[in-house]
Amino acid sequence: MIFPQKLAVVLHLRWYKTMQREKLVEVKDLKIHAKNDDGDIIPIVKGVSFDIHKGEVVALIGESGSGKTTISLAALSYTKPGLFFAGGELLIDGEDMLQAEPLRTREIRGAKVAYLAQSAAATFNPAITIGEQVTESAVLHGILSQSEANKRATELYHALELPDPDRIGFRYPHQVSGGQLQRLMAAMALCGKPDLMVLDEPTTALDVTTQIEVLKAFKKVIQDENSAAIYVTHDLAVVAQIADYIIVLYGGEVMEQGTAAEIINNPSHVYTQRLMAAVRPKPQAGLGSSVADEHEREIPAVKATDITAGYGGIIDGEPKIPILRDINVSVKNGHVVGVIGESGCGKSTLARVMAGLLPQSRGTIELDNEELEGDLRNRNLEQLQKIQFVFQMADTALNPKQVIGDIIGRPLEFYHGLKGNARHAKVVEILEMVELPAEFASRYPMELSGGQKQRINMARSLAANPEVMLCDEVTSALDSIVGANVIKLLTTLRDKTGVSFVFISHDLSTVASFADEIVVLYAGRVVEQGPTDDVLTPPYHPYTRLLISSVPELRIGWLEDTMQKREMAVGIAKDVEITSVGCPFFNRCPMGIEGTCEKQTPPVHKTDTDHQIACHRSIEELNMVEFEVQEALEHKKADEAIV
Amino acid sequence: MMTKMVLRRIAIGVATLVVVSVIVFVMTSILPGDVAQIILGQSATPETLAALRIELGMDKPGYIRYFQWLGNMATGDLGISKAGGATIESLISGRLGNTMVMSGLVAVISIPISIVLGLWAAMHPGALLDRAVTFGTLSLISVPEFFIATILVLILAVELHWLPSTAYLTGDETFAELLKALAMPLITLVIVVSAQMIRMTRAGILNVMSSPYIEMAILKGVPRRRIILRHAFFNAIGPIVNVIALNLAYLVSGVVVVETIFSYPGLAKLMIDGVQTRDLPLVQACAMIFCGAYVILILMADIASIMSNPRLRNPK
Amino acid sequence: MDNNSEFAETSKPQDKDILAEIDAVDELPTAPPKRRIKLSWVGKVSVAIVVFWLVICLIGPTIAPFHEMDIDGDDGFMGYHTNEYGTFYLGTDYLGRDTLSRIIYGARNTIGISLASTLLAYLMGITLGILAAVKGGWIDMGISRVNDAILSLPTIMLGLIAIAWLGSSIPVLVGTASIIYASSVFRIARALGQDIMVQDFVEAAKARGEGSWWVIRSEVLPNAAMPLATDFGLRLVFVVLFISSLSFLGLGVQPPAADWGSMVRENLQGLPYGSYAAIWPALAIAMFTIPINLIVDDLSAKAGGSLASKMV
Repeated sequence: MIFPQKLAVVLHLRWYKTMQREKLVEVKDLKIHAKNDDGDIIPIVKGVSFDIHKGEVVALIGESGSGKTTISLAALSYTKPGLFFAGGELLIDGEDMLQAEPLRTREIRGAKVAYLAQSAAATFNPAITIGEQVTESAVLHGILSQSEANKRATELYHALELPDPDRIGFRYPHQVSGGQLQRLMAAMALCGKPDLMVLDEPTTALDVTTQIEVLKAFKKVIQDENSAAIYVTHDLAVVAQIADYIIVLYGGEVMEQGTAAEIINNPSHVYTQRLMAAVRPKPQAGLGSSVADEHEREIPAVKATDITAGYGGIIDGEPKIPILRDINVSVKNGHVVGVIGESGCGKSTLARVMAGLLPQSRGTIELDNEELEGDLRNRNLEQLQKIQFVFQMADTALNPKQVIGDIIGRPLEFYHGLKGNARHAKVVEILEMVELPAEFASRYPMELSGGQKQRINMARSLAANPEVMLCDEVTSALDSIVGANVIKLLTTLRDKTGVSFVFISHDLSTVASFADEIVVLYAGRVVEQGPTDDVLTPPYHPYTRLLISSVPELRIGWLEDTMQKREMAVGIAKDVEITSVGCPFFNRCPMGIEGTCEKQTPPVHKTDTDHQIACHRSIEELNMVEFEVQEALEHKKADEAIV
Repeated sequence: MMTKMVLRRIAIGVATLVVVSVIVFVMTSILPGDVAQIILGQSATPETLAALRIELGMDKPGYIRYFQWLGNMATGDLGISKAGGATIESLISGRLGNTMVMSGLVAVISIPISIVLGLWAAMHPGALLDRAVTFGTLSLISVPEFFIATILVLILAVELHWLPSTAYLTGDETFAELLKALAMPLITLVIVVSAQMIRMTRAGILNVMSSPYIEMAILKGVPRRRIILRHAFFNAIGPIVNVIALNLAYLVSGVVVVETIFSYPGLAKLMIDGVQTRDLPLVQACAMIFCGAYVILILMADIASIMSNPRLRNPK
Repeated sequence: MDNNSEFAETSKPQDKDILAEIDAVDELPTAPPKRRIKLSWVGKVSVAIVVFWLVICLIGPTIAPFHEMDIDGDDGFMGYHTNEYGTFYLGTDYLGRDTLSRIIYGARNTIGISLASTLLAYLMGITLGILAAVKGGWIDMGISRVNDAILSLPTIMLGLIAIAWLGSSIPVLVGTASIIYASSVFRIARALGQDIMVQDFVEAAKARGEGSWWVIRSEVLPNAAMPLATDFGLRLVFVVLFISSLSFLGLGVQPPAADWGSMVRENLQGLPYGSYAAIWPALAIAMFTIPINLIVDDLSAKAGGSLASKMV
């Protein structure tokens, strides 16, 4: 792999500097074991060694079960309930964390070592103001007085670019957004000026456009504070942006460790290579699979026209809580339509409307040119059989009290009247289709791994022999390697059976690698849709552009490059607003036209290839490359200055 | 938002009271059939029966009788007891006070004991004292009130001769005598009510203790005491207040048994006598008072838990 | 990093194994975890005691030294003594009947009535609760409102009113207790049912077009069974306490039939004279109810306890 000469020099210098720095943390042959209910001892961390120098960011990367979180918590002299330290040393400034007395651990936690958890929404106490929680640790440890701590917290809110930094501390956690809470947690960790921060998947739960903001803020404060950090994640692309040194873990053991540049540009271990292969490629044209000719048919399998839907009952033909507005989507036979959007955009709702789980308040759904009833209870058996819904979480979508044979066998019996041996034979056949052995038929869901359960989840829908499968985020809960395998399986299935897919995901790269067409949803509306290659190349809708440029690339320096382009962007961190008039993206749009965009519903530009963009800007303007957009932005800024 | 919810809850409470009054009335006045017959017994002559029926207003349709009864209740006219024809107000007036004194004292003693012990046990889960408290309270809630009362009598009165085994009140006791007379029923009720409250307080706290924000507090180096008192307790207040109210309401049944055992001249004892003699007007009045108190306590608990919810107190 | 090179060396030969392992995690069968109910020793002892009482209920009269109504003792409120009729291990009651025999006979009444009431309460409560959860809408509204009204009255009050109205007999006791406790069973069954109804696997069954009956039988009931079984124990204890309290108040099982609650009442007057005749039946109740609650406690997950132990 080639990498820029200049960058190599910079990195080398930095590495050299690191070597000169003082060691802060020394981990030697760390072993952590678990004890289960039967009293069996299970090793979780099997002898891990590494060092952290002052001011250095070390990433622990691995998939679930790699022990990465367990190792990072050891730095706080903490183990999750049921685990215990079984050997080795974890020295911070020469003091062994594994041997610390209970009272000493209290002095260390929050003062010397601070922790940042994955979900800020769950880790902030709902009954206490943000300010008290942010300053609590620093004040309790006697590092700062309450007034000093308040002052420092406010400084940190400013540094983290939080809205209304002088008053946000008086609010309660439920009063601010998820991305803001994540940054507030960074303030909470930093308030006591710790020597070491432990960041446990701090951006994983965030939307991609929010993640980039939070990542930028984290990187900035870590540099400003010159604090050392352990960054725990499964996401190599994120690691590439923030880490100086990378440790690749698998099954509680170190597979490979080295500087970020070494690992990213030249992974030597097969596992690291495998992990990198499963990383989402940058979403771009030409990656999508295409439909086999034999399955091509003229009429769309499912067609949704002018769908408006929501929750809370219907008042004057409008849902009380509208989610989707005026959606037009059609799924051609044998095609894969990817629906992409961030949390709350209504992508799952769209699938639920198609499945009849949530009747629309306006619009029609057609199956093979035949109009369907909105409520599935009024649909006939054949219609039900032809549209199958695959739920996101296999854990909750499979009845824990039924064996796999019954789970897959039920649709066979229900739709096709198969019983006894015929049913069993078909179950085995379907298990084979999803690449699972026949003996799984007698197992319960809890006896399978996450990836296996997701396969069963899809097998149940396949058993109905559907025309369309609605897949709702089927890979988001899975590790990247497992998820990549599931996508591979879906591609095979589509080639073999000719079934159409509506593939819903928040992950643009996954969609790009699998879908023939892409529908981009924002705040309940379609902002852009068309063939995959057209959607992923200019002209872009401004939101699509934001989405594409927010997907982290597996490249050191990507964050800085992107932020430079984005410094100009207005209001990226603003909340999504669901509006009934105008363009919903207006408050976050760098190209918005004041007076037009927020008042009028945008026109739909169509190209010859069914590519549609809903925007007030002309195709030419949307076609502009990045620097032209910047120019436009500067122009806009100047305009604003005049106003 | 919050005011709306509280008002809504009060409206439900009022509606419940109405439903309760209908149930009590139907069960004691309509369903038993000929109340006059029950009151007068088998020996009644047709003339006296007819006279009593008219006196009781039984010649009128049920709903009219219900509204009359409700109106009378509201104005304090509770009707006439079968026993000697005394008005029920006169029977109840002194007794109600006794029962309220008893319940009030139990509440004042048991609430602080329960919260302190419950929090203490939650603070040291698995410690010897926690296990003792858990096992002890579990045993206490598993046995009937009269079991506890009987054992107490055996120990404190029969074996140790510290306290009298009954709580007769003549009305002219000195304060010390009064205290001594009340001690046994009080101790019994405090034990019964506290056992339940300690358990639920502990469970309420430990329920919150599995939240990620508690783990975060541990990882911030927050001391045990502050985790329980600031982080867990403030989130468990709603459930705990609910438990307290429920258990004070639970006093209703405890009082019935305890007053009987110790011959304490309270409302519950009066009601039991009424049930035994099938004095339906008396049972009706007592049941309404108890049920009303119960409904109001639960209403107060619900309002308290609405008010303790930070999401409702501080809307977005 | 000093240990880096050394580690790389040792890890190299494992590469193949690790890749195989990664695939194994995703693709190959894993050994099925054990599925079983685990009880602590306290739980096991408790189960033994409960079983012991159930056996007493079944074979009681054949092993009791005396008949429950025979007045064979030398006198009332006697302690341990022996006469020509036999030995009175726990002494005699106020009439001179053998306390031990009456406890054995009483088990049938106390436990039998309670068990019958609880079973009946479960039958009514679960049927209506699951129905309300699955059907929702007006059916749910209707049943729930009636149920709320019953729940808004103290149980003992309902019992007292019912007995004031109908008089006391075993059918009235069973009927009253089962209706009162059916309302709490209803509430739990409905809540459980509603929790299960919003699960994805039920949604999947609905999306398939399954009817209510199939959803109840195959999806809801199997998943509600275990929590309901645990609750059965709690409910049984409540019913025992309820029936015993009524008996103790003289409004439950009527003399001369033996019942633990009424035995305490009858013999309370002996307490000041040092007779334990009132204590033994009270202990019998405790010996039945405490183990049941201990079993329930053992089976319920101890939420939060483990994290709480991490506090410093």
